[in-house]
Amino acid sequence: MNDDKLLAKSEVIRVKDLTFLQRAYVFEILKGMFKAARQIFQPSFTIEYPEVRSERAASFRGRPVLVEENGVERCVACGLCARVCPALAIEVQAAPTELAKERYPEKFEINMTRCIFCGFCEEVCPEEAIIMSNEYELAFSSQQESIFGKDKLLKSAEIMKPRLDFLRDHR
Amino acid sequence: MPNVKITLDGAQYEVDNKKTILEAARDNKIHIPHFCYHDKLSASGNCRICLVEVEKMPKLAISCMTQVAEGMIINTKNERVINAREAVMEFILINHPLDCPICDEAGECKLQDYAYKYSKGFSRFVDTKNHKEKRVEIGPRVMFDAERCISCSRCIRFCDEIAGVHQLQFVNRGDRVTIQTFPGESLDNPYSMNVVDICPVGALTNKDFRFKSRVWEMSFTDSVCHGCARGCNIEIGVRNNEILRLNPRRNDDVNSAWMCDHGRLNTWKNVNAENRIKSSKIRKEGQLVEVGWDEAIAKAASELKSFGKNEIAVLGSAFATNEDNYVFAKFAREVLGTRNIDFCPHVEGTDDAVLIRADKTPNASGAELVGIVPQENGMDFQQIISAIKAGKIKALYCLEDDIASVPGIEDALSNLEFFAVHATNHSKTTQYAHVVFAASTYAEKNGTVTNFQKRVQRVRPAVTTFEQDRALDNFEMSRWDKFAAHNDKWGKGPRRDARPSWKIITSIAGVMGTKYKFNNADDVFNEICQKIDGFKGLSYLKVGVKGAVVKQNHVAV
Ligand code: SF4
Ligand code: SF4
Ligand code: SF4
Ligand code: SF4
Repeated sequence: MNDDKLLAKSEVIRVKDLTFLQRAYVFEILKGMFKAARQIFQPSFTIEYPEVRSERAASFRGRPVLVEENGVERCVACGLCARVCPALAIEVQAAPTELAKERYPEKFEINMTRCIFCGFCEEVCPEEAIIMSNEYELAFSSQQESIFGKDKLLKSAEIMKPRLDFLRDHR
Repeated sequence: MPNVKITLDGAQYEVDNKKTILEAARDNKIHIPHFCYHDKLSASGNCRICLVEVEKMPKLAISCMTQVAEGMIINTKNERVINAREAVMEFILINHPLDCPICDEAGECKLQDYAYKYSKGFSRFVDTKNHKEKRVEIGPRVMFDAERCISCSRCIRFCDEIAGVHQLQFVNRGDRVTIQTFPGESLDNPYSMNVVDICPVGALTNKDFRFKSRVWEMSFTDSVCHGCARGCNIEIGVRNNEILRLNPRRNDDVNSAWMCDHGRLNTWKNVNAENRIKSSKIRKEGQLVEVGWDEAIAKAASELKSFGKNEIAVLGSAFATNEDNYVFAKFAREVLGTRNIDFCPHVEGTDDAVLIRADKTPNASGAELVGIVPQENGMDFQQIISAIKAGKIKALYCLEDDIASVPGIEDALSNLEFFAVHATNHSKTTQYAHVVFAASTYAEKNGTVTNFQKRVQRVRPAVTTFEQDRALDNFEMSRWDKFAAHNDKWGKGPRRDARPSWKIITSIAGVMGTKYKFNNADDVFNEICQKIDGFKGLSYLKVGVKGAVVKQNHVAV
């Protein structure tokens, strides 16, 4: 870029002097108040969180959860989610089971202070066993509390139906 | 070696006329895919993935069984070959289950790799796959999954040709073909687990390692098996500072590509075991209590000083490294002044025709070479034990060895006035000890052992102790090791306050007034190479990953 063009870009038009009315402010204040007052009669967009909570769309990526079906997790402890997780939030320990799936996660932990809600785990999972939920309220009082085990991660397939349907539709 | 000239993918090569196309290509760094070919087994030519085009031959030829000939023009990458390969992959994958997520082979699976490299990436097969038996205990240590088997026959050939027992065979035909043991037989030969390594898929898996870890979560450290005097070259697989499995590492001079099941399963469990000695202990009022290093060392030093030269005996160990034994022998001669130096042999049964040696220790020849031998007029092992029983030897200092488990030794130990021992785990021997030093296991230290062929081989630390750091001390690192933060639960695992024996002995010598300038295992090995004839000219660098043989015309020190 040459100098002329640079100069042209930085040319900003400024209003140097305000008119008398503007300097008096009274008119301007009234104008502002009128605009605000008009909004009272418009439909409102805000909600009174936490008393009122908004609906989350099925596409929302909240904290990852494990899908439970017929009383057991779908997960086969393949460890792919742990491998793909860019934040290294997931730890899986596999163990054998008598069920047809042969292996299950004896331990499944997600460190929620590491998770960045990217959804890669959901995408890589061959069993549709880990999916993103609509939960986003995550406050902890210690680091230990932020490590979610199977007790906190398991959610039944019925509860997670909207997300599972969404995933099926967008495969 | 009569040579022939061949053209491979447009370039001219001169190769040995005994070789097959596949071998000639491999020698010239051209990779031809193969499932059933294994360079330590006879060729069977059944997987068909190694097809190549040889000009003037009407059909594609299997490169694993076609010998090279003068003037051959071979194409390994042209369209015809690629099409054939894709077709072979398609056939192999038709009935292959989508098991990768639950398959232990995933991550080191030839079929997975080839599916990426040589396959089309999608399936045209729309019918139901053929189902076969899963979770079959084909042997006490090996699991079989018939659906994953690609019928390469490597496992069958291994049993026939290497283990020397005919235990496996194909049954049925077509898409129902599978492998089976002969009626009444089970895959239980002492080398059975090698089939797990050579099976190109996850059809045969290690029962002990089953689902313990994904392979990409582990680090692998080159080391040497401590199961017998063969010293098979191995890789130690570690995750979260815990050993999970051993695998043989190739060394044509020692173990070819194999190791025995005993070595694979039983030689490392003590490293992770609950009964590890986690820090040094001394006996107070009949009980072994944990104390700091300084206290244990001071106690051993003052006790050893209180005995006359002829009242002390020392036992090196055929389980300890050359470095440990060398420093121990030096300490015994120079500081304690005793001539009663030996070690306890552990010979059971006979050598077999494959790998297993009767000498169940990894370093008997090394211990002898570096000076664990009775000095002039000194007592040998049996004489030491008799002298303890007779009350002539009052103090015994012993390196890493459970000598009390040898019949007839236990009574002698209770006769001792002072007994110091280096140990990795609680054992019968430690029950008699007055001072127990927490010794590092072979998987926690640097050093060398000398096998029955007098080949010096390196052991490297795979598991960290208190005084080591995975990153700073040049350990192999898995992805988990690299990125674990202080507050992550993974990437940690148990560690013990153990030290290599040569270091403990150096400290005791220091307290007793003799300063040895050994700061690390390299220093000790360098001195061995200066002082011991057979080792002259060696260094850790020369020993490398495959070992080096000591000079045979060596004179004992
Ligand atoms: S959402 Fe992303 S960061 Fe969170 S656990 Fe899944 S892969 Fe890891
Ligand atoms: S990717 Fe899915 S099946 Fe695999 S371990 Fe994660 S949640 Fe389980
Ligand atoms: S054998 Fe290989 S391709 Fe087959 S399921 Fe196991 S990992 Fe996957
Ligand atoms: S079990 Fe493995 S090694 Fe044996 S034939 Fe099948 S694929 Fe080959």
